[in-house]
Amino acid sequence: MLNSHKYIAFETILIKEVRRFMRIWVQTLVPPAITIGLYFLIFGNLIGNRIGSMSGFSYMDFIVPGLIMMAVIQNAYANVVSSFFSQKFQRSIEELLVSPVPNYIILAGFVAGGVARGLAVGVIVVLMSFVFTDLNIHHWGITLFVVLMTAVVFSLAGFLNALFANSFDDISIIPTFILTPLIYLGGVFYSVDLLPEFGRMVSAINPLFYMVNTFRYGILGASDANIYTSLMMLVVFVFVLGAACLILLRRGTGLRH
Amino acid sequence: MSSAISITNLQKTYANGHQALRGVDLEVQERDFFALLGPNGAGKSTIIGIISTLVRPTGGGVAVYGRDVATHVYETKLDFGVVPQEVNFNPFEKVADIVMTQAGYYGLPRALARERTEKYLRKLGLWDKRDVRSRTLSGGMKRRLMIARALVHEPRLLILDEPTAGVDIELRRSMWDFLQEINNNGTTIILTTHYLEEAEHLCRNIAIIDQGRIIENCSMKSLLNKLDSQTLVCDLRHEMSSEVFAQHTLPGFRHVDSHTLEVDLGRDHDVNEVFALLSQANIHVKGMRNKSNRLEQLFLSRLKNSTV
Repeated sequence: MLNSHKYIAFETILIKEVRRFMRIWVQTLVPPAITIGLYFLIFGNLIGNRIGSMSGFSYMDFIVPGLIMMAVIQNAYANVVSSFFSQKFQRSIEELLVSPVPNYIILAGFVAGGVARGLAVGVIVVLMSFVFTDLNIHHWGITLFVVLMTAVVFSLAGFLNALFANSFDDISIIPTFILTPLIYLGGVFYSVDLLPEFGRMVSAINPLFYMVNTFRYGILGASDANIYTSLMMLVVFVFVLGAACLILLRRGTGLRH
Repeated sequence: MSSAISITNLQKTYANGHQALRGVDLEVQERDFFALLGPNGAGKSTIIGIISTLVRPTGGGVAVYGRDVATHVYETKLDFGVVPQEVNFNPFEKVADIVMTQAGYYGLPRALARERTEKYLRKLGLWDKRDVRSRTLSGGMKRRLMIARALVHEPRLLILDEPTAGVDIELRRSMWDFLQEINNNGTTIILTTHYLEEAEHLCRNIAIIDQGRIIENCSMKSLLNKLDSQTLVCDLRHEMSSEVFAQHTLPGFRHVDSHTLEVDLGRDHDVNEVFALLSQANIHVKGMRNKSNRLEQLFLSRLKNSTV
């Protein structure tokens, strides 16, 4: 397949994915906006005013980066896992599998779709945050790199989940029982300094803790985690998950008999 | 003429131990209209699955226009289009979007994709439905949409897995005309069908598969010539009671009802002999037809022989 053809195929998958989540915007874009808006209002505004400062910032300022990250992570993951699994379920994925599109283009197309939805919801959350606080970006480069790479990581994770999933239960187990606890315990709402020694040790093995804190560093200039370790971890995650997806696609896991 | 598909010792055993293919050898020539017949579970869809790379063989191989599908994945996929047995498009997408998206998967630039989408949707009578969600289409329209989708990259080989299942007679005839037209224009067609009349009407060559093995592979004509006998049904112009029938000397004839006679005609006998006997007895016949589809008779007899 020529490179120009591969590009058209990639663009086709991406447009299809974007069109899908835009068509069902009431299911994909509105709910996270409402949920995060309520977090801003209840935790940031009502309760936050009584909490006072956290790591030297107002509680509202402290939770904004974590809430943006939470929205990006959940939506990037949800987009890929639901879209890819639905196509498997309806068997419309066969349209793609019988075509000459290489596996890495299939993966890139779905990941780009996940990133697009993650970032779209992230932008909505940023716009909403302006109602409650002034957002001054401390380091644009790190902020954009972290949000982009995190969206890629969770799009890849969603893809892996969808490959193995055999039922709609299988695509909700990981977000409910693994992803949500990791996000909430990853320092979205609190500084790790508040935790006892054991809690800090547990946070140190939670990859979400590094992502949230590095993003917080990009926006506020303060982080509970080492920035360079976090950035390195993100890159490693992208490569490891990407390689795993490609190996499974090559084997035809969950797709070919 | 070179071969469009060459299947060598193809084997498939599924993870549950079911042996779907037990060493299939098959050759389909370029520009042929080829029928692959067999009862349910015989292995037809597994063969199509292996050609389209959705199913991995456990032995043997398939070459499309001389290139192995396992090693020349991208080149071979450009050469064929597949119409699966079951509807497999997104029911929430619009008709034109489904075809356009497929064109994109084959790397067709947008302008060309749009042109081809219009061309095939028009040919298959779906252009008026281009902006409706595919789930609202009738069963026949869904089948035609899958044909348009399979043709959008204009493959040299079109594989159809029971394309007319559940389609009404009028629509089936129009689909036959369309398939014949694209075959006449040079596209090789492989067809699996349960309608044996369809295979007899359209196909030049045929293979019958049963329990994962090819039990017959020849031209349609030579297969039909293997018929030992056929039963002809004669519609009488005038009423004839069984008593009157008994008074005539009509060897081989049976009295079905007051307006119908039946006769078995061996392979070595001509229809003229039937007419001669009827004329001799002064019996007027309005029309004459085969009692059952000839291919159906052969198909059933071959299956019976293969299981004995």
